[in-house]
Amino acid sequence: MKRFVIAALVENKYGVLTRVSGLFMRKGFNIDSLTVGETDNPEFSRITVTLKGDDYAREQLINQLKKLHNVKNVKLLDEEQTVERELMLVKVKNSPENRSEVMAASEIYRAKVIDYNPETLCVEVTGEPSKINAFINVMQPLGIIELCRTGVVALERGRSIV
Amino acid sequence: MNSEKMTGARIVIETLIEQGVTDVFGYPGGQVLNIYDELYKASDRLNHYLAAHEQGASHAADGYSRVTGKVGVVIATSGPGATNLVTGIATAMLDSIPMVAITGNVPTTLIGKDSFQEINITGITLPITKHNYFVSDVTELADTIREAFQIAKSGRPGPVLIDIPKDVQIAQCEFESKGVVPFAEQGKASESDIDRAVELINKAKRPYIYIGGGAAGEGMTNDIKALAEKIDGYIGCTFMGLSALPNSYDRFLGMQGMHGKYASSMANKEADLIIGVGVRFSDRATGNTAKYCKNAKIIQLDTDLSEINKNIKVDVGIIGDIVDSLSRILKKCEKQSHPEWNDEVNALKAKGKEISDKNEAADEYALTPKKMFDIINAVKDENTVIATDVGQHQMWAAQYTDFERTRRFASSGGLGTMGYGLGAAIGAQIASGDRTVLITGDGSFGMNLNELATAVTYNTPVAIVIMDNGVLGMVRQWQTLFYGKRYSNTVLGRKTDFVKLADAFGLPGELVATPEEFEAAFKRAMTHNGPYLIDAVIGKDEFVLPMLPPGGSIEDMITSKEEASK
Repeated sequence: MKRFVIAALVENKYGVLTRVSGLFMRKGFNIDSLTVGETDNPEFSRITVTLKGDDYAREQLINQLKKLHNVKNVKLLDEEQTVERELMLVKVKNSPENRSEVMAASEIYRAKVIDYNPETLCVEVTGEPSKINAFINVMQPLGIIELCRTGVVALERGRSIV
Repeated sequence: MNSEKMTGARIVIETLIEQGVTDVFGYPGGQVLNIYDELYKASDRLNHYLAAHEQGASHAADGYSRVTGKVGVVIATSGPGATNLVTGIATAMLDSIPMVAITGNVPTTLIGKDSFQEINITGITLPITKHNYFVSDVTELADTIREAFQIAKSGRPGPVLIDIPKDVQIAQCEFESKGVVPFAEQGKASESDIDRAVELINKAKRPYIYIGGGAAGEGMTNDIKALAEKIDGYIGCTFMGLSALPNSYDRFLGMQGMHGKYASSMANKEADLIIGVGVRFSDRATGNTAKYCKNAKIIQLDTDLSEINKNIKVDVGIIGDIVDSLSRILKKCEKQSHPEWNDEVNALKAKGKEISDKNEAADEYALTPKKMFDIINAVKDENTVIATDVGQHQMWAAQYTDFERTRRFASSGGLGTMGYGLGAAIGAQIASGDRTVLITGDGSFGMNLNELATAVTYNTPVAIVIMDNGVLGMVRQWQTLFYGKRYSNTVLGRKTDFVKLADAFGLPGELVATPEEFEAAFKRAMTHNGPYLIDAVIGKDEFVLPMLPPGGSIEDMITSKEEASK
């Protein structure tokens, strides 16, 4: 089982996300993350999917996606040549005992405290999924109240495009 | 034609006519009243056939398409009208049949409010259509319908649904007729893939061409035959490949797989090269895929890239227009001669005949399936269409019918839809104008026999042959073999009198129990001007043989009843 990242350019239309996610369901693919947003051209959206699977799953997923009428292009991103980012907002307990530790960890992870309340602190952190996971591990003992991750967005380095 | 302002409902009709549609099937209702009003006005240009149930209409559109290659069209109202199409659409999807289904829906202002007869049919049909549309703007309606036709018929065909809310049918805009949309362009296989295939073909000593629904169309069969002759190979087919080649062609071994012919399944196993053309290597055709043709090289030609390596890992996948790929391979490969392979296959054919003769001789019943099909083959002509339902009768039809030309078979392969046959037979008859024989069972026929009303209304010459054994034969066969003869809910014990039923619907019917009676009745049915029903009593413990047990491979083939009872 290998992890892979797929980028798809799709028509920015009603129901397209359902078509894509419905395909994953009926073909039995279990995805790790899916992000979607409009591109510079409002007619298109870009979907980034990360999942774990074997070569068979990877090939089938790409080929099945290509068959959807609203999907214009699909590409398997080369992990070695790809920049991946994910954003997380995490709300942690604010107390005299842990406040300085949250602040210090945030500084080291280049995270930002974006909300302050006598009982809670909200931190924004950006990076590769492994960094986000590491930050969660640091925050866990300090008291995570809730968190929210965007899922991975990814672009290939250099001139390579989808 | 100049542009003219018209309602959405009229645009639907005008666009259908523009796309060359001459016949549609359907059932009216509240949210398609405007479309039906326009159908009424256009009745001299577009024929509408009213079914007894939307499911029957959808199967009729499917049968219409199977025998012509044209896009079948079905119209239904919102809510239950639309959901009744679901089985018909799924049947078309699994067998790659081009179809456009048009449904009405509640006005856009009532969408999402659980209004009367409102259902999200685009959501429901998402996994069983090639694509579907909800049209919210009348100005997009004509182009949407055009695109739907293009998607339905291009590449690997399939069903497309268009859901049109009532206010969009009422709204007006300019319409200009544009002519039939062309097929979307298909990619061509790369030269290097063709070369790799040719290299394998030139090395092969025991080549076997394995054709499916993707090879059923006109224009392909001549190249398939030419290839078989050039490389001195043999041809077998999937269920969906039946009727693509005439059974009389000596290199054609017939259907392989779970209930395939002995020679075909065995030749597939013994081959050192399999050339799959428009096949998906379905579990029913291959048996256990882990054991399938382990020692053979496999080449797969398909227009749908997701089929390559989906069920079977192949050595060379050739993606692109199959007609083009075939003709390029044919040109490049070397002329070959494999006398040993010829001898081997001839021996398999002889063995297959021996098995079948022995089983027939051991059959204790008077009217055996084999005898019935001998009569059917003798009476029918090359243009006769054979439609079936699903079950034992379907497999007997697949094994015994002598097809003589392409597109003469309408049967639900992938989905295995019981209740498909009568609607499909009516659609196929209307499309072809040729006499149609429906082979059905008492179980399948019971599901949608309401369409007898349709056959009578339009006086379609369909000879309905019910292979009546009083049980759900195929399930019973499995229960006999794998469930210790515990016949759970497969002994029907119904008191239905099919002859009286025919009388009630207004068509002639008769009951037969011997080959002589069947022959006389079938001849009457085949010359009768309109539908005709024959209730043919057969034995409840007939088996479809050979049989590969589910999950088994060719080695596990059951060829006789004695073998089965071991």
